[in-house]
Amino acid sequence: MDAGNLAVEARDLVKQFGDTRAVDGVSLAVPEGAIYGILGPNGAGKTTCLRLLLGIIDPSSGTRRLLGHERPLEAASQVGYLPEERGLYPAMTCIEAIAFLGALRGLPLKEGRQRGAELLAGHDLADWAGKPIRTLSKGMAQTVQLLGTIVHKPRLIVLDEPFSGLDAINQGKLEALIRRQAAEGVTILFSTHVIAHAERLCERIAIIARGKVAFEGGVDEARGRLRPIVHLRTRESDGPWRSAIPEGARRSGDEWMFELPASGPEPLLKALIDGGAGIETLSIERPGLHDAFVAIAGEAAARAMGEPAPAEAAA
Amino acid sequence: MKLARLGRSAYVIGRRDFTATVMSKAFLLFLLGPLFPVLMGAAFGGIGAQIEQEAQKPVVAVIASADEFAQLNRSRDKLSLVVRGERVVALTRADPSASRDQLLKQEKPPVIGVLEGGLDQPRFTGAVLADGPTIHQLHWMLDDARRAKAEPRAPPVAMMVTLTKRSAGSVASARSLTARGGQALLFILTILLAGMLLSQLIEEKSNKVIEILAAAVPVDAIFLGKLFAMLAMSLLGIAVWVAAGAAAIALWTDGGLGNLPEPAVGWPAYLALVPVYFAMSYLLIGAVFLGIGAQASTVREVQTLSMPVTMAQVVLFAFASTGVGNPDGMQAIAAAVFPLSSPFAMIGRAAEVPALWPHLAAFLWQALWVALILRGAASLFRRSVLKSGPAFRWPWQKQRQSAS
Repeated sequence: MDAGNLAVEARDLVKQFGDTRAVDGVSLAVPEGAIYGILGPNGAGKTTCLRLLLGIIDPSSGTRRLLGHERPLEAASQVGYLPEERGLYPAMTCIEAIAFLGALRGLPLKEGRQRGAELLAGHDLADWAGKPIRTLSKGMAQTVQLLGTIVHKPRLIVLDEPFSGLDAINQGKLEALIRRQAAEGVTILFSTHVIAHAERLCERIAIIARGKVAFEGGVDEARGRLRPIVHLRTRESDGPWRSAIPEGARRSGDEWMFELPASGPEPLLKALIDGGAGIETLSIERPGLHDAFVAIAGEAAARAMGEPAPAEAAA
Repeated sequence: MKLARLGRSAYVIGRRDFTATVMSKAFLLFLLGPLFPVLMGAAFGGIGAQIEQEAQKPVVAVIASADEFAQLNRSRDKLSLVVRGERVVALTRADPSASRDQLLKQEKPPVIGVLEGGLDQPRFTGAVLADGPTIHQLHWMLDDARRAKAEPRAPPVAMMVTLTKRSAGSVASARSLTARGGQALLFILTILLAGMLLSQLIEEKSNKVIEILAAAVPVDAIFLGKLFAMLAMSLLGIAVWVAAGAAAIALWTDGGLGNLPEPAVGWPAYLALVPVYFAMSYLLIGAVFLGIGAQASTVREVQTLSMPVTMAQVVLFAFASTGVGNPDGMQAIAAAVFPLSSPFAMIGRAAEVPALWPHLAAFLWQALWVALILRGAASLFRRSVLKSGPAFRWPWQKQRQSAS
């Protein structure tokens, strides 16, 4: 990929904390304007990775480039960051908190207040503008912090586990906001341990497990690593057609599940019909990101993320 | 460019901290803080003033012949043997042609009063208490000297006493009080503010705001912003206290501000030096505290870590206060040269010695150390506050690493 088109680039990043190697040779390439997800279970090194990319901490070795700057803080005015552990001054009013977060990124306070008021109004929080943060619900405070993250109109937004702690409605609103920003050409980089969010939003992903990148590329590319899955129900329970079922096929009740053979669907269908299977239903499913994640990072990583293993999912 | 960005970022952080602190209820308490010692002082003021006025070793200039002075001095020695352990007024002989008013302004030694008229018609003029030990002791000495002179049965002669508001001795006494007061003010303020600074940092570390700050601005800017915000807040506090104190003195005391004993450098210079030395002291100690605070993640850890620094500061304060009363002595000079005690020592000196040039030298010397300590503490802060930067290594560890 052309380095000129990359919003974020990391090469062989390593971060050592004492005897623990939290990040171990991570390389990433986030294209400008993309929605990019970093997936991994808790403790995989996602947050450390983001902190390294943003320059909050320095790597033990390796290089990173943020919006063309080798020193990430030089790009700070064009970056918005929402950390996993949200933090605002409890005594500050909503409007002042947003303006302050903008001022940290170089936006004049007056303009920050003006834009803050517009953003709050756009998120049904206009009545709360002059109220202190400590009087807000957790979800509202998170929204205020998110608005403070985008108030200075950044080119790159980095969100660490942005969906955690939000109810379904607020998760939907956040997804919509991410899409709106991306539609305006803003690059979105976010970490998550919920595969469904990445699958719905991302064009590209990095799967991180134990501090290492297990996969980096397009979501379709990740899915493409797996063969489509065949779901088959037959009237006959036995017969010559059974020889068409590949080894390693799983059975759940009346249903068989197996990877589509490399020869494709036609020879399979012919063998099943000729063998007298009596096909009741047959569907060929494209594998989801979840399946790709399990295949790439392993079942242990999927369990650590609270995702069911494929057999359990099928059951 | 880089420096401008650092300054801008530090300003954003500092402005937030300053506004948040000044607009809080805690700041009102901070402003009211000095009232407590003032009230205590008022309660014990009468006793304190009496003790202070007589506590300094009084020197009385005697305008008399050599014989009479020698006789008086012998009587003084006898009195010293009788009242061992008490301060006995010291006598210094003045030329018979000397002017009383000139003598009352004499600073070396600081004269508290003048005795003239010989043994037969003694007249005392000075800034002492009418019924204080100085007058009683002089009476005893005069009686004893007259008896010894050849009139063993001579009746006591009344000494005519004229009290003045000031003498060089009383001014010296008041100046040393001003010196100690200035040092105590600096010490208390520095300790108080360094503690407040630490609490703020810990609060930010615990409510995770620090990560948002560190992602947006250089860590050095956070360090400087916090340090200077608290400095600005305290200077505002000092301005309020000085104005309120001056107004109170002008309103409630006879003679107003003009009645206050003037520090040696004069009030305008002294009032200018107080915030300067406070700023130096605070920046030196505050930077160390902030560097320490970055290591800790809980209030308990902070208390454990800051205890040795606080104790060290008490020692520095005590060290600086030993020079009061003898500003050209070895201890005073040593305290003025040692960077961490220098602001305390120099504010004491400003009250007692009129020369201004040592303050310029001290300011430059302290500024150099402020720069060095700020640099070191900022580096410590940067490494520790978010566990950023390469881990600390001793020189031999670095050598081993480069060898491998």
